[in-house]
Amino acid sequence: MKKLLILGGGTAGTIMANKLSQHLNLDQWTITLVDSDPVHYYQPGFLFIPFGIYGRNDIVKPKRDFIPSQVELILSEIQFIEPERNRVKLANNQVLQYDELIIATGSHLAPEETEGLVGDGWNKTIFEFYTSKGACNLQKFLKHWAGGRLVLNVVEMPIKCPVAPLEFLFLADWWFTEQGIRDKVELTFVTPLPGAFTKPKASQILADFLSKKNIQLVPEFNIEKVDADKSRIVSYDGKHVDYDVLVTVPTNMGSEVIGRSGMGDELNFIPTDKHTLQSRKYENVFVIGDASDLPSSKAGSVAHFQADILTENFLRHIEGLPMVEKFDGHANCFIESGFGKGLLIDFNYDIEPLPGKFPLPGIGPFSLLQETQMNHWGKMMFRWVYWNLLLKGAALPIETQMTMAGKQR
Amino acid sequence: MQTKEIAGKQVQVDEDGFLVNPNDWTREIAQALAAEQGIDVLTEAHWRVIEFMRADFAEKGAVPTIRRLSKVGGIETKELYELFPNGPAKKAARIAGLGKPQGCV
Repeated sequence: MKKLLILGGGTAGTIMANKLSQHLNLDQWTITLVDSDPVHYYQPGFLFIPFGIYGRNDIVKPKRDFIPSQVELILSEIQFIEPERNRVKLANNQVLQYDELIIATGSHLAPEETEGLVGDGWNKTIFEFYTSKGACNLQKFLKHWAGGRLVLNVVEMPIKCPVAPLEFLFLADWWFTEQGIRDKVELTFVTPLPGAFTKPKASQILADFLSKKNIQLVPEFNIEKVDADKSRIVSYDGKHVDYDVLVTVPTNMGSEVIGRSGMGDELNFIPTDKHTLQSRKYENVFVIGDASDLPSSKAGSVAHFQADILTENFLRHIEGLPMVEKFDGHANCFIESGFGKGLLIDFNYDIEPLPGKFPLPGIGPFSLLQETQMNHWGKMMFRWVYWNLLLKGAALPIETQMTMAGKQR
Repeated sequence: MQTKEIAGKQVQVDEDGFLVNPNDWTREIAQALAAEQGIDVLTEAHWRVIEFMRADFAEKGAVPTIRRLSKVGGIETKELYELFPNGPAKKAARIAGLGKPQGCV
């Protein structure tokens, strides 16, 4: 029997376990998946928690429910990976040998990378919303907040879901309006990027949204430290922004296991071929989702598109055939814009987000780079799609590789 | 894309003035590009950054980030901002004759 080992049971690892248990000959292969956390989080839902739209129960389910019965699930921390010896050592010293390895260990917040961020102010005046706990703490705080200066700061790129900070601010604008205190709240977006977003056309449109909603934009701010005594964030070149409440998007890093195993770059992301998803160093190691160093978005939609490509390539690889499928960097993101509306962007490595209709050219029902109610409903319905179709590896009516049909230059 | 004479050499530059081909780069071009960016004299500290960036680009095929310059290149971010004020990653990449750093999305 040959052994396939999957490390990580988040979006990417779970989809791969489902797809490969359907496509591999299980008389010849065993599949094992290792993850330390028994809970699967619907991560796009974190954004809605601070505003009371979702609670914790809306975004969690047991991981086991989404791992097929043919796949052995081991709940354990990993000590390290030994790619030279084709084995992985778990926390209880158990050693797992593998023939093929898929790494889907994701990314996580590393607030300790920024001086002064995790101090007395943490969870009192400084919050994050990229974990269920952090989002719930922020919800409790905002519920009773009387207003003041709310500063959202992105520490450094890359981050998981790069549109989430904007969505947070759009929703905050709506939520404070609903609470009747919008006139008492100053919203500021402080980012290391030169504009609201990285891609020029989307950046311009999103910057217009910020200004329309009276949200200040402070670009090219590279944070050095938080001065909690003075309630201000300070940049490397000596600029500062004062806050009453700081919502931070801290440095995102790959798993510490990757660092301990000497397999990562300076952020513990694994050097990976951007088209085939094979490790650049080890022929029998593949990397999917946030764990790789690919210049694509760290997002669930990306993991989903990658899973289609990796499944095909993996099946060819084990037959000794060349890997012909190419991941193009395709990402597809709903952007919640508040007041029951949303935008949608669809892009890849080479083509920036453009206006148009999606997924049916000229018809929709979704509109690209335009604010519609339909886009908002798409985003809200997506939770059902995620739990019931996407994680199980079912086909969705969206092309794996980005298409220009329906887009306008 | 257009052709431009920098330090007596005809080179191709993109719409923002970044060299298209890193192999066109010379130390004289670096001096000229630095002057364009308001840095009159390239000191030893500047050269350390430029040389690390070029070596790292040759090895990895990507313009190093500020974090990489600090963690791998040993160049303190504070110092980097003093050497190349206002957007050091972009400015240093330009002087080093590399393309514009890829924004991560």
